Amino acid sequence: MDQDKPRHWIAVALQLGATGGLAALLISLVGMVEEFAKRFIIVDVLEMGQALLLLILIATGYMTSRRLADRPPRIRLLAAVVSGLVPAVMLFALVLLIEPLNMRSIFPNASPTLIEILTFGQRGAIAFAMMAVAGAAQAAAGGAVPLVSPRWRAPIVQGVVWVGLLGLLQDILRVTLTNIPGATFVLSWMFGGGSGKGLSILGAVVIFALVGYATFRRQGRPAAAASWRSRLDARTARLVNIGIWVAAAVGLYLLPKLLGPYLSEVTNSVGIFVLMGLGLNIVVGFAGLLDLGYVAFYAIGAYVVGVLTTTAVGDQAGQIVWGPAMSFWLALMAAVLVSVMAGIILGVPVLNMRGDYLAIVTLGFGEIIRIMAGSDFLKPFTGGSQGIVQVGVGRIGGLVAFDKPQTIFYVVVAACAAAGFISWRLRDSRMGRTWKALREDEDVAQAMGIHLVSTKLLAFATGAAFAGLAGALFASKIGSIYPHSFKLLVSINVLSLIIVGGMGSLPGVFIGALALVGLPELLREFSEYRLLMYGALLIVMMLNRPEGLMPEATRRRELRETDGPEAEAPPEGVANPGEVAASG
Amino acid sequence: MLRRLMERFTLTDIFMWVVGGSIVTLVVVGSYATLSQGTYTARHWFDFLVFGLAQGSVYALIALGYTLVYGILRMINFAHSEVFMSGAYIGFFVITAMSGSGFLDENPLVALLAVFLVAMITSVTIAVLLERIAYRPLRRSPRLVPLITAIGASFFLQEAFRTLFGSASKGYPDVPALQGTWTLQGEFIIQKIQVLVIVAGALMMFFLYMFVMRTKTGKAMRAVSEDKDVAALMGIDVDAIIVRTFVIGAALAGAAGVLYSLMFRLINAYIGFIPGIKAFTAAVLGGIGNIPGAMLGGLFLGIFESVGPILFLDGLGVAAPYQLKDVIAFTMLVLVLIFRPTGILGERLATAKA
Repeated sequence: MDQDKPRHWIAVALQLGATGGLAALLISLVGMVEEFAKRFIIVDVLEMGQALLLLILIATGYMTSRRLADRPPRIRLLAAVVSGLVPAVMLFALVLLIEPLNMRSIFPNASPTLIEILTFGQRGAIAFAMMAVAGAAQAAAGGAVPLVSPRWRAPIVQGVVWVGLLGLLQDILRVTLTNIPGATFVLSWMFGGGSGKGLSILGAVVIFALVGYATFRRQGRPAAAASWRSRLDARTARLVNIGIWVAAAVGLYLLPKLLGPYLSEVTNSVGIFVLMGLGLNIVVGFAGLLDLGYVAFYAIGAYVVGVLTTTAVGDQAGQIVWGPAMSFWLALMAAVLVSVMAGIILGVPVLNMRGDYLAIVTLGFGEIIRIMAGSDFLKPFTGGSQGIVQVGVGRIGGLVAFDKPQTIFYVVVAACAAAGFISWRLRDSRMGRTWKALREDEDVAQAMGIHLVSTKLLAFATGAAFAGLAGALFASKIGSIYPHSFKLLVSINVLSLIIVGGMGSLPGVFIGALALVGLPELLREFSEYRLLMYGALLIVMMLNRPEGLMPEATRRRELRETDGPEAEAPPEGVANPGEVAASG
Repeated sequence: MLRRLMERFTLTDIFMWVVGGSIVTLVVVGSYATLSQGTYTARHWFDFLVFGLAQGSVYALIALGYTLVYGILRMINFAHSEVFMSGAYIGFFVITAMSGSGFLDENPLVALLAVFLVAMITSVTIAVLLERIAYRPLRRSPRLVPLITAIGASFFLQEAFRTLFGSASKGYPDVPALQGTWTLQGEFIIQKIQVLVIVAGALMMFFLYMFVMRTKTGKAMRAVSEDKDVAALMGIDVDAIIVRTFVIGAALAGAAGVLYSLMFRLINAYIGFIPGIKAFTAAVLGGIGNIPGAMLGGLFLGIFESVGPILFLDGLGVAAPYQLKDVIAFTMLVLVLIFRPTGILGERLATAKA
């Protein structure tokens, strides 16, 4: 690396500024800025596209300031300002060049709207001046973050993060709050109407102040709740525990009623990905077998349920030739069973392969299953590219039908709870430790008397069971299945979520699914850029935080081995808001 | 006696032999059925063969990139398929501009060379950036880490290209010089474009082989792929050699991208994925880390895939067998990895397979 000799601060600032500028150019030209501009965080003040550019500039300034940690604060701020000017110049150059070079014929997103957003609606020198000032100011703000004492920094950062989050998620809040009687008064002042939906200025200020104050007060006495619980005697503690469980159950029962159909649907999607995440977590996270064809088992689960429960049986178009139209619950069990068998059958050939060969072969399996399902060859049985329609739904007697998002919610939650419980118990069991031994070193594990074949197959089978269950629920939830729902991206999606959450970590799966499936579902603008962001996220996570947001203890140690002493260094390292949120 | 046998052959081995055996039986029975039906004449098979050879040349060119990088870093450069795609993509803009200005019709040779050059430069730039940003910092990490980064980079590049240049598929313009066919004695007809692909592929492979075998850089590359640490002790700048390896692989991939698009015409941001996997299969097939192996594997896979679906499946009465060509390629990958993981010509790797 070239960080051996100290470089001049201007060089550092220019280099990081250029990186930030490239990022800003990229998000502008891929159309993110324009697309996201439709969503306000604070009504008429800040929209998401600007917020994205703001974030990049703040990050640029912050990185510059961090990189120059050994220089005096004056220089660090100055460097941050310089690093903020670079992206401004680059964006202005872009704006100037779009017209004469006719860039729109190559970059369809270089539209007049984009120019207007970037230049604040101004022209010529005024536009440039505004861009330069904005860039410098934002980067300076970012550069100032590491300079502020931690006592003040945490409240400010947390306040800003919460304002951003609540602004983005205001749809959920609104829908949920309107369903709670008496909470409507909050809506009136917190969220503004105007030309779009978002937080009102008053709302943003109040949230910032409240969160900031709470963070400020909480400093120095963490885990108050834990110490309060440890003081209870055994009987009260048990009562409190029961109380918590009852409250959780009642909460879960009421949740879909509060959320309404759309948000329940989103929750169900998240739940299905949690299920798959838990399964892949066993295969990749526990046993260290990188499976890129995980979607195969999801597809198998979905197709088994589809074939067994569909009522569209016959020899007309859109129908399949054979289907017993059995009950959903039986089909669900069959789906899990078949997936487990598929897990074992596909597991046997790859037993002796390791690492990257395993990845590519499993990827091949996933593609084989998808192509077969969509081929004309198997069309009489799987419906080919027209898929299977009229998939059955679960019913309990004549009473409850799990046919609406709000009711399927309960099935999904039950499945997630079961899978979570199984994973949790497996993790610390003999089996779980065997898997981890396998992950750390296969040869040593074998020398210790671990039976590689059964251990690996069990990991594949358990993972496949969860995916099969997820596929079955998916089929019933959607009501019709098509081969194109089972592309490689599903595997990549699940892999990304367990990596972001932290490989091998169970809470990580939930966090990852919420962040990578829930957020993009809620923010529809994301859908176009979802994979772009996943890709970037995978790289950034691997480079900076390979152990994930909520790391599992052993994994963290393994990956941070080399910089052990540094990890225990005092708060300077804990400036990353993500880190604060994750550990707190 | 039986117990001895049971100890030597585990249940999984038997399972695998049964699977392998039944697939081979299927292939033999299918081929026999197809050939005895006689639906396809010699001309058809010749067409399939030439098409397979052209397709195989493209696979071979991509496979070289995989094999070179795998030989040195022991890592599947998952984003190599996007390096290939980027060449095809930027090549499209150049060739369209030249087609629009009429330059392509007047000076087809110069124009095509320019397209190849630009495509190769694009691919090289992307590959070098990839290596610098995403792979080099992770060289000492656990094996899974750079692989995941590579997958991330692959998706990032795919989506970046799609969103930057618009989602719609783009068609390469007509190149008048490459249209039409040549007739070889009697009924055998060969398309000009296929000849170009095969000849260009063969030329580039020849130059690569000469480069690796005869030049100093090539020697250094072989040394690094033999043993990085010892190579460094011998005064070889390992980092620089790794970058050069990426450069060479990417240049071939960029050229392959243009050849591929000249042949298949339609391009979008996802064209890299399937050829990429196929090329990796080809590299494994030939023996990873082995340069002639990658060439041979590519050609073999191309022909196998072009002839296979009809030959093996048509006689069995499978509907639309051509849809299943990817299945055949992937099945072959699995079979090779099970029964001969070192490939046809044997693998050459820096470190023993971990």
